[in-house]
Amino acid sequence: MDLYQELILEHSKRPLHAGLREPFGAEVHHVNPTCGDEVTLRVHVEGSGADAVVKDISYDALGCSISTASTSVLADEVIGHTVAEAMTTHEAMRSMLTSKGADPGDEDVIGDGVAFAGVSKYPARVKCALLGWMAFTDALHQAGIDTTSKDKS
Amino acid sequence: MSATTFSDGELARIRAGFPILSRTVRDGKPLVYLDSGATSQRYAGALDVERAFSEQVNSAVHRGAHQLSEEATDAYEGARAKAARFVGGADEEVVFTKNATESLNLVAYAFSNSVAGQPKDPRLDLGEGDEILITEMEHHANLVPWQELARRTGATLRWVGVTDEGRLDVDGVHGPALGELLTERTKVFAFTHVSNVLGTVNPVRELAAAARAVGAVTVLDACQSAPHLALDVTDLGVDFAAFSGHKMFGPTGVGVLWGRNELLHAMPPFITGGSMIETVRMEATTYAPPPQRFEAGSPNSAQAVGLGAAIDYLDELGLDRIAAHEHALTERLLAGLAQRPWVRIVGPAEAVDRVGAVAFDVQGVHAHDVGQVLDDQGVAVRVGHHCAWPLHRRMGVTATTRATLAAYNTPAEVDTMLDALDRVPEIFGVAS
Repeated sequence: MDLYQELILEHSKRPLHAGLREPFGAEVHHVNPTCGDEVTLRVHVEGSGADAVVKDISYDALGCSISTASTSVLADEVIGHTVAEAMTTHEAMRSMLTSKGADPGDEDVIGDGVAFAGVSKYPARVKCALLGWMAFTDALHQAGIDTTSKDKS
Repeated sequence: MSATTFSDGELARIRAGFPILSRTVRDGKPLVYLDSGATSQRYAGALDVERAFSEQVNSAVHRGAHQLSEEATDAYEGARAKAARFVGGADEEVVFTKNATESLNLVAYAFSNSVAGQPKDPRLDLGEGDEILITEMEHHANLVPWQELARRTGATLRWVGVTDEGRLDVDGVHGPALGELLTERTKVFAFTHVSNVLGTVNPVRELAAAARAVGAVTVLDACQSAPHLALDVTDLGVDFAAFSGHKMFGPTGVGVLWGRNELLHAMPPFITGGSMIETVRMEATTYAPPPQRFEAGSPNSAQAVGLGAAIDYLDELGLDRIAAHEHALTERLLAGLAQRPWVRIVGPAEAVDRVGAVAFDVQGVHAHDVGQVLDDQGVAVRVGHHCAWPLHRRMGVTATTRATLAAYNTPAEVDTMLDALDRVPEIFGVAS
């Protein structure tokens, strides 16, 4: 079946940047109440405004292959990038996942995230794929990071 | 079990009464519906009755001076009589609700509602020092209302634990025994007949007798037993029983609360408004006797009539034969799962005092992924915590995959599911 791309299985078996680390500006806990999936996620941001950079995303995830792999991709794609770039990636990911198959995703923007294009055809799984991403944007807000600065790239 | 299972011919006729079972899903794969525990499919005969009522009889029940109203009232009250016969109670002991959740809330609120202004029955008087007893295997519908009742009244919520096998820990192997939990402080003991996750059939007679001995009111969640096992409230000895139409081949939007007559009489109303009154003055209102006291507003008459037809159909099939048929399917499914060492059954491994709600965990693969692989092959199961989160925590799992069997399922469907399951270790590369 096309849902379980090799990349997804790979990320779910060996999630990148997993584990909770310090320092961090905010920690959030998100759950998917329909299945009990949970993620605890920390963000560490340095700098401010347009220069703010996501130095680390660390997390402890308990969930299905889709949610685990998606959080792994999130950490891998976003760590080391500016907050503005991270928000662009997040928006591209969200747009693809909620497109019901219409948006195949842009590899230049979301990298390994394109492996999740098939998820958008399964409405029940979109929440799984977005769990880590929603936790990430929530954590940015909790840390008081301005997420509205425009991506200069 | 003396009743016989359904023959192939009988099964084919049963399935013909559920048109959805012959549709395909996911690019032409025949549907294998193993999610009847969440909601069963609708019997076409019940749909016909519901539609005929709406097309030919529809009008306000219990009011109106015209022929249609008489016929609608007869049909609605006829459905009540069927539900009463189904549980072995009296007509006036049957209250139509919107679902079992509302039925259970109706009882829970009777303990804390003082709006009725009638003298409070001591059995319903709940406060600090009193206890509410439930079990750790309850569906949230028979858990959260009691938590809330405890919060409103100051009473303490306690629960009977669950053993590793998935049975009620009546003897207190892991925690307090039933004898310690059920005391003169216990005002109400609410428990499920059949666990919606484990499939365990609880010893209702014994539990109800123990509760009666300390004067506690008993509330039975019969949602998962109603379409599978014969239900006789007098024999079981409970005070209340709740079930839902949509889990027993009937419509959504209608549920039943059966309650012992004298207890219903002692209870204040739950939802108030039209149809449930005796006299209304600007200063105060007096209430109609049960069951009308608990059926405020225009009732879900077409759905109740549809449920009546579904009950007739269950009677026609015979619950003893349904139980025999499902027992054979459950044994087949449990045996098939037991042959797969990478599967852990969550619940009793033997088909003894258990029905065909079979939850399991596939080693190293999340239930969502298991369900997705099955769905891709046309097999519909449920994944998650099935509205029994504390029970999953107790069994040491975040989520399970659950197959639930019904009268219309076939041995071939069980085999299809087991074959489909073998794709899981292939895709996820775990030991098989």
